[in-house]
Amino acid sequence: MIVNLNINNQERQVEIKPAERLIDVLRREGFFSVKEGCRKGNCGACVVLLDGSPVNSCLIFAARCEGRRIETAESLGSTENLHPLQKAFLDEGAIQCGYCTPGMLLSAKGLLNENPHPAEDDIKKALDGNLCRCTGYVKIIKAVQKAAEAIGKTR
Amino acid sequence: MKEFSTVGKSEWKVDGASLATGRAAFTADMDFRDLLHARILYSPHAHARIIKIDTQKAKSLRGVHGVLTWEDLPRIVHTTAGQGAPEPSPYDSFLLDNKVRFVGDRVCAVAAESPEIAEKALSLIKVEYEILPAILDARDAMKPGAPVIHDEKEAQQVIHTPYDPSKNMAAHVELNIGNVEGGLAEADVALDYEYETHYAQHCPLEPHVAITYLDENGRLIIRTSTQVPFHARRIIAQALGIPVSRVRVIKPRIGGGFGAKQEVLIEGIPAAFTLKTGRPVKLAYSREEEFISARTRHPQIIRLRTGVKKNGDITAIDLGVIMNTGAYGAHALTVICNTGSKTLPLFHCLNVRFVGDSVYTNLPVGGAYRGYGATQGYAAIGIQMDEMAHAIGMDPIEFYKRNHIQVGEISPIIQALGEGREGVEQSLATCGLDECIERGAKEIGWAEKHGKPKEGAIKRGVGMVCLMQGSGIPEVDMGAATIKMNEDGSFNLLIGATDLGTGSDTVLAQIAAEVLTVPLGKIIVYSSDTDMTPFDVGAYASSTTYLSGMAVKKAAENVRDEILSVAAQMFNVSKEETTLRNGEAAAAGKKVSLSRIAHYSLYEREQKQIMGMASHIAHQSPPPFAAHFAEVAVCTETGKVTVVKYVSAVDCGTAINPVLAEGQCEGALLNGISFALTEEYLFDSRGRMLNPNFNYYKIFSARDLPEIKTILVPTFENTGPFGAKSVSEININGPIPAISNAIFDAIGVRMRKSPFTPDRVLKALKGF
Ligand code: FES
Ligand code: FES
Repeated sequence: MIVNLNINNQERQVEIKPAERLIDVLRREGFFSVKEGCRKGNCGACVVLLDGSPVNSCLIFAARCEGRRIETAESLGSTENLHPLQKAFLDEGAIQCGYCTPGMLLSAKGLLNENPHPAEDDIKKALDGNLCRCTGYVKIIKAVQKAAEAIGKTR
Repeated sequence: MKEFSTVGKSEWKVDGASLATGRAAFTADMDFRDLLHARILYSPHAHARIIKIDTQKAKSLRGVHGVLTWEDLPRIVHTTAGQGAPEPSPYDSFLLDNKVRFVGDRVCAVAAESPEIAEKALSLIKVEYEILPAILDARDAMKPGAPVIHDEKEAQQVIHTPYDPSKNMAAHVELNIGNVEGGLAEADVALDYEYETHYAQHCPLEPHVAITYLDENGRLIIRTSTQVPFHARRIIAQALGIPVSRVRVIKPRIGGGFGAKQEVLIEGIPAAFTLKTGRPVKLAYSREEEFISARTRHPQIIRLRTGVKKNGDITAIDLGVIMNTGAYGAHALTVICNTGSKTLPLFHCLNVRFVGDSVYTNLPVGGAYRGYGATQGYAAIGIQMDEMAHAIGMDPIEFYKRNHIQVGEISPIIQALGEGREGVEQSLATCGLDECIERGAKEIGWAEKHGKPKEGAIKRGVGMVCLMQGSGIPEVDMGAATIKMNEDGSFNLLIGATDLGTGSDTVLAQIAAEVLTVPLGKIIVYSSDTDMTPFDVGAYASSTTYLSGMAVKKAAENVRDEILSVAAQMFNVSKEETTLRNGEAAAAGKKVSLSRIAHYSLYEREQKQIMGMASHIAHQSPPPFAAHFAEVAVCTETGKVTVVKYVSAVDCGTAINPVLAEGQCEGALLNGISFALTEEYLFDSRGRMLNPNFNYYKIFSARDLPEIKTILVPTFENTGPFGAKSVSEININGPIPAISNAIFDAIGVRMRKSPFTPDRVLKALKGF
């Protein structure tokens, strides 16, 4: 079957199988930033923004996304033009292996969409579904705080 | 302290921007035409002989391109441990065998056009087993009459060390220094307790994954998530019976390893399918497979006896360890060696005995895991030190200060205990432990909090522990680097060293940039490709910064020398008169840029490629030190332990990149806390792991994070690059003892068996 997806601001017609999960479709379409860590909704490596809110793409059927807006980490910024979240992650050392990073960034972006001035606890809560085995989260949380400040300043 | 320009700065990771933008390619992030998907059938039995495998139906399923059983592969015994040759781990593994030795052991494999077809094919395979009695408790393994797990005639040790599979003995180690019984007799207080550590898993966010294919010359290319590309090349060639020259291993970005990916675990199966079908084959573990079939932390049962005098002198340490290596002996000898060699030298005590047995059981297989035996050792020694201090009424801080090894001391233990062979004599050159203790104690508020009476249902307590680790394996590990210069004054740095997310590509580039006096952006790093980069043992034993870093430093110095010779020629002066600073060579009042020099040497006169190569082995393994302090809150009604604050003060020598070094500390530490409190393998009565997912195997998430404070205490290690020692492993060793000691401070109960789950704490509190 065919679904119409808006992926990173581009309309695409994508051929899918009925029970295919969004993660598999996105990766097949070349959005390799969408990572798989468990396929059970337990790790957050596969998080994308669906109409602006973070979801685990391993738990969602692609067929259910007809006409919806999907954002992956590829859309956040480029190497030459980093998003404040990406820059803060680099400044603070919030990236080690980087496998959790796309999901973390998108969960953080989802949070900042809703709440531009999150307290530390809000950040911890928003990132609770994103596991990271490398960093111990300390620097990730700090990076999100820094990014919120930086975005606040440019507003 | 010396001033550096790039070293000591928290530079962005060289692969950081590509990781942050989601562009960096991990193993699976690549399209392959005609890709086949391999899946593996696992044993449901803990111990059984395979009588018959009926693969007929699976083979005739449309889309299936191959089924492999033990009959289809050469029977070549090897070890999957991923170590240097000859490996200290016993040869007791085959790619596939006619016997299964734990629930999760491999039975056979299929390759098909999609993962779904492969899965379907597995369900069509019928296996007839002869079920054998199983060993599910390490204490039973060496009892007379116990079932023999490795009864195959090929099982053997290839180095000279005790090994007796007929008794399920995978390794045995013994060390005797001084007079332990005499020391115990002399003590004012003697302690004798048993401690136990549990099964746990590394849980890298990226599970194991490998893609194999043939290049246009028919060579086997293995793109894999590995910590040891060069060992993987050698071991895969060995297991498949093909020459090393036919294999190329490429490690792209990898999603964490922590030791799990030192094991050469999965590459052989897709490689065998690729050789058979000529097609690219992918094998990707699911999270469940990761838990049931990949490697784990070896559980240990430790009996520890110590003696102490009233004045605080330790008179004897007697360490007895039974280690469960599971169904195969991966790292069975070296992990248990480390349980002694990375803990006992921390103390002055000269009456020391250490006896360790690694035993086979029909349970999941142990492997390399960050901390590597030291984690288990400190789970006993770190608690008993606190018990000793308590027994003589001394503050643990004073007790450690009195007993820890000092600069200039030569530990007879380090000398006697190497990794599978004798160790190396080394005198301690740097030790920042006293400063670590002082600054950590201040940060946690030790003086105000420790040993004070507690009120209420939720009681708070503080605990501490001191730690050491090593930096590489002396006179065994080797790393090498090549650097070549380009006409714009940039440099290609080619290293075998393996960045598994640790930031080693960045740290090694910083070292090169420092020597060559250029900004980090001028160093282009390419690592871990066995066709393109020089050899390196890989990422383990906390060796990369210290060991590969020295190789990079030497290679860069060679390049600097060549640059100076060319510049001297350009200036018409002698090399000795020429200097290199800020990316410019200067002599006799004249200056010339690196790009000009490169251009000159590539195109103008006596043309040549300016380049340098160096190898490095270390003769020392200078230990990093750390003091850890935990503050916990224990609910006396539920038994729940919450870590409120955790302080780690760490002497890692020079931190080449402080933010990355802190990240190593924090990551290890949170993994350690999670291991101490929640992570645990649960088994049924037949040896099946019951919780192979993140729902029931609970690793800490952001919400569980206590307040964490990392303090780097600099020292300068002369044998390391710009004064560096190691940092990656040490901090995982602290949480079990620090938290156990804090629980004691809070509620007066000793927890000697991990993890400290609410039910265990409650039971201990209620006295049953
Ligand atoms: S892969 Fe989707 S939550 Fe883990
Ligand atoms: S950086 Fe490796 S899992 Fe988060």
